[in-house]
Amino acid sequence: MPLVRRRLSGLLASVIACLAMTLPVHAQTPLPTVAAASDLKFAIEEVAARFERETGNKLRLVFGSSGNFKTQILQGAPFHLFMSADENFVYELADAGKTVDRGRAYAVGRIGIMVPPGSPLKADGELKDLAAAIKDGRLQKFAIANPEHAPYGTRAKEALQHAKLWDAIQDKLVLGENISQTAQFATSGSAQGGVIALSLALAPAVARLGTFQLIPESWHQPLKQRMVLVRDAPDAARAFYAYIGTPGAQEIMVRYGFVMPKN
Amino acid sequence: MDWQALILSLELAAMTLAVLLPLGLLLARWLAYTSFAGKAWIEALVVLPLVLPPTVLGYYLLVSLGGASPIGRWAAEHLNIRLTFNFLGLLVASVIFNIPFLVLPVQRAFEAIPRQLGEAAAVIGLSAWQTFWRVELPLAWPGVLSAIVLTFVHTLGEFGVVLMIGGSIPGETRTIAIAIYDRLQAFDLASADRMALLLLLLSMGAVGASFFASARMTARR
Repeated sequence: MPLVRRRLSGLLASVIACLAMTLPVHAQTPLPTVAAASDLKFAIEEVAARFERETGNKLRLVFGSSGNFKTQILQGAPFHLFMSADENFVYELADAGKTVDRGRAYAVGRIGIMVPPGSPLKADGELKDLAAAIKDGRLQKFAIANPEHAPYGTRAKEALQHAKLWDAIQDKLVLGENISQTAQFATSGSAQGGVIALSLALAPAVARLGTFQLIPESWHQPLKQRMVLVRDAPDAARAFYAYIGTPGAQEIMVRYGFVMPKN
Repeated sequence: MDWQALILSLELAAMTLAVLLPLGLLLARWLAYTSFAGKAWIEALVVLPLVLPPTVLGYYLLVSLGGASPIGRWAAEHLNIRLTFNFLGLLVASVIFNIPFLVLPVQRAFEAIPRQLGEAAAVIGLSAWQTFWRVELPLAWPGVLSAIVLTFVHTLGEFGVVLMIGGSIPGETRTIAIAIYDRLQAFDLASADRMALLLLLLSMGAVGASFFASARMTARR
């Protein structure tokens, strides 16, 4: 028994020592954190890398659905700059007194249909082949972002309504939590296609996963993307907010298919 | 490979154990050795985090710890700390969702110890604390060890609750499980593959090693 006990206390001591060593230092001042809509994934990563190189500031980027970010910021999430895919979420936060001001429009987004290789569906921006595929049973699953809280999902729904396909396609829809996950679904081969953001379709990592065609702009409300500084945002976040308006940053955004708003 | 996320997960798992192990040992021993009216309800409460969907647990934690809740407001006013969307919040959540993983195996281990041993220890003059330390804990050790490993590995893998109350902030709340999801969303399948494989090997290795050690300890008796 003494042997067992010595070994036991040795084990316990080493467990406790390990625990003590890992005591983290999480109290330091947080890095400026940008909560950005998923459609910005590739574009803003590039803009941020350039900003960090030029200014020496460091940023933390978090991507997700704009609606979720809005809820999280209302709950007190430590995000400093909110880049929404829809201006209304920014206005809601401003009305709740969470932001510095009512923010600035920074881009207009576009949607289109993405079809993976080998899909029986054609990437037809006017959605005529989609209509045919619903009728003849070629379409089993079709991905859009959740229209409840993802702006790209709301616009996809409007476009499908405009094409008079919304009711017929109901039981085929798979809903992505955000537009990035939707692109994942649309290109996985498990769905025959989906409606995704042009900015994602233009990214090399996504472009090679299928063919993409724009849906006419007039078929849905414009995706007016707006950003806003959250109250008490640190200087680096404010600097990045200003940086997004510079020609260098805009050149990157345009390359990813964003239209610059006329301010 | 997101090393920051891996380190964060290891830290979270270690800190969870540091908090939960002493509390869990006491709770498990108490549940094993006493019986009283309403004990079944306490035991049900212990098991609850195991059977509740993580989204439900995460939602309740978000609502009860968030800035608008009484607990959240009290912590912000008196301690100047926030309990959601940061590491501390994750730790609180992690301790709660790990209660069954720690308490259940330990409770079973204590229950398996013959009562006469405790009486014998009292007869030869050992105090309650000495009995716990010299008689009960060594006998319960295989159970305690597997509880420690289960808790540790489960913390590395927990996804739903962490996503709900964490917000995927790098270096703060983006654990390895969340990082895998994040890499998938970024179409960075190579990284996601590597991290998923690492998590698989780590979990398999830890659980396998603990079963092996438990079996040897039991065989030695």
